[in-house]
Amino acid sequence: MSTPDLDALVSRSYRHGFVTDIDSDTVPPGLDESVVRVISRKKGEPQFLLDWRLRALDHWRGMREPHWAHLRYNPIDYGAISYYSAPKQKTDGPKSLADVDPKLLATYDRLGVPLHERARLAGVAVDAVFDSVSVATTFKAKLAEAGVIFCPFSEAVQRHPALIEQYLGSVVPYTDNFFATLNSAVFTDGSFVYVPPGVRCPMELSTYFRINAANTGQFERTLIIADAGSYVSYLEGCTAPMRDENQLHAAVVELVALEDARIKYSTVQNWYPGDEQGRGGIYNFVTKRGECRGRSSHISWTQVETGSAITWKYPSCILRGEGSIGEFYSVATTNHYQQADTGTKMVHIGANTRSTIVSKGISAGHGQNAYRGLVKILPSATGARNFTQCDSLLMGPHCGAHTFPYVEVRNPSATVEHEASTSRISEDQLFYCLQRGIESEDAVNMIVSGFCRSVFKELPMEFAVEAQNLLAVTLEGAVG
Amino acid sequence: MSATPMLEVRDLAARVGGQDVLKGISLSVAPGEVHAIMGPNGSGKSTLAYVLAGRPGYEVTAGSASFEGRDLLTLAPEERARAGLFLGFQYPVEIPGVNNAYLLKAALNAARRERGQSELDAFEFLQLVRSKTQLMHIDESFLGRGVNEGFSGGEKKRNEILQMLVLEPKLALLDETDSGLDIDALKVVANGVNSLRNPARSIVLVTHYQRLLDYIVPDFVHVLARGRIVRSGDRTLALELERRGYDWLAGQAAA
Repeated sequence: MSTPDLDALVSRSYRHGFVTDIDSDTVPPGLDESVVRVISRKKGEPQFLLDWRLRALDHWRGMREPHWAHLRYNPIDYGAISYYSAPKQKTDGPKSLADVDPKLLATYDRLGVPLHERARLAGVAVDAVFDSVSVATTFKAKLAEAGVIFCPFSEAVQRHPALIEQYLGSVVPYTDNFFATLNSAVFTDGSFVYVPPGVRCPMELSTYFRINAANTGQFERTLIIADAGSYVSYLEGCTAPMRDENQLHAAVVELVALEDARIKYSTVQNWYPGDEQGRGGIYNFVTKRGECRGRSSHISWTQVETGSAITWKYPSCILRGEGSIGEFYSVATTNHYQQADTGTKMVHIGANTRSTIVSKGISAGHGQNAYRGLVKILPSATGARNFTQCDSLLMGPHCGAHTFPYVEVRNPSATVEHEASTSRISEDQLFYCLQRGIESEDAVNMIVSGFCRSVFKELPMEFAVEAQNLLAVTLEGAVG
Repeated sequence: MSATPMLEVRDLAARVGGQDVLKGISLSVAPGEVHAIMGPNGSGKSTLAYVLAGRPGYEVTAGSASFEGRDLLTLAPEERARAGLFLGFQYPVEIPGVNNAYLLKAALNAARRERGQSELDAFEFLQLVRSKTQLMHIDESFLGRGVNEGFSGGEKKRNEILQMLVLEPKLALLDETDSGLDIDALKVVANGVNSLRNPARSIVLVTHYQRLLDYIVPDFVHVLARGRIVRSGDRTLALELERRGYDWLAGQAAA
């Protein structure tokens, strides 16, 4: 099989590129104090939150967009973005699924989001965020029985303000970085989870994000708190329609795991990646961080990043509690002109803390893929251990893979291991599969899935299947 | 001999990396026959196997090759495989993370679809494979490992024959399947190959040494030198080669 044949194979088109025709309530483009006040007022927020947003806005004005990542993109005009867009509702808001705009539900159907009762069979509770506002949350009752709070962020602000005030910004402060600070000023919605002490959340929690309106940014904010001895697994999926212009997505996710608690956070990110010439696509500048606050806390990040034109994302763990564990499992794929600069930070503060990093980068077409990771062992982290494995797979002659592993060890008892490799799908491997009668596309998928296996096995089962399918779609025609 | 040969190669010439490696090969293999192709290193033995299997980068510059009367050279490699042509690789490649059984099941079901048979489910497949692993002295745990991942040289070769036993090809091209095997492993491999011999199936053994032919007795032996078949005969030719060395025939390649 020659290279051109393989190229033809790779180019499958984006399947989620439809636009839903719904009246939106959108504020005019631009960002100043009045926009922040409008957002806060629309949400009926308490004063502390408005003040926090305004401090963030003030701080943001003195910041500059960071450019240390291995990314090239057109300048973002922050004045041209609309910072709030909500589907217009006929009443005060949907009280149940029956009240939700049928067009929206049809959209979710096309995405395959299990929003209806059938989702119960899958054991998934879905909090769907559509252009910044949570539309419907399922299975609240069952979760409430267990004492788990799972609701749109804006609802949590109304009903659990004390928890919000205590934890919001406690892991990612509003001064943290340019994009997180922007998010702090203008975030519109997101998800909130609180799992009480000793409770094992009875189902996987799931949020499905979708950017629909044109010229809007999406700034959601997720906060998950796992109280002592609790467990929660949270899944996040993302899609966006096809548009020629770029759209900004700057989310913040904060995780707090208290003593002996465990949070497993899985993402399958499939934002629109732009077309084959690199036009359009989502700019995904996301700050995700978790803090292991107590003894033996445990946070795992698993991400499969197949979408977005630009991905800038470093889900990290602050390992404060003694013996706490941080994990990062990542598959990042770039095809055509996609660029990803992604990785993690593991900050070891507590004694005997452990972290594991497994990163699989796949580059095809003109895609650029960078792993950027920091392992930081502070003087207090006696006996800390890290293991990092960082593998890159190149498909074709025009793509790139880059690795920027930073290690800072300030305690001599620490153990830090790093393994890295770069490889190609070899002609030998491909021909071997072909010679066994397997179609070249299936062969490529098989080989790539094999490469990602150690990450996929960390995903909840239904997500693992989706991830594998997405990977196949993303890489169609990507072999050289 | 039946009317249609399993494999009919006529004046086949091929180029690899800008070099003419095959310079006019003719070979006719009837169903049920076992042919051995011998020759010194660099004579074109593996190239012939790759060209017949359709490996990219191996450019046919002249001649023809047909498989059961079909033009082999117009078929994609996966089509050749599904039509029943199997290549046992000299150096089976590792495919990390891809389950050995998964690949084999995909291969078998691709072949079964081609033959108009129903696909096997996981249970049926496992039953089939188990009987073959025993014949090949392969531990079942092999099936759960990555394809050839961390296998020793001998294990890789036995795995190739295991695949052949499961896929039951019409024509098997075995490229130096004996290289790197100790005598016990060689017997196991030969036993596996012999178990497939039947009047409807043809086998082409590519080998450097006559040792393999003590265990898999060929009907015909061909000696390849510098891209041409310089001598054909029965199995006594292999013995004579063993005694006299390849230099004996080398001069004839230029003729």
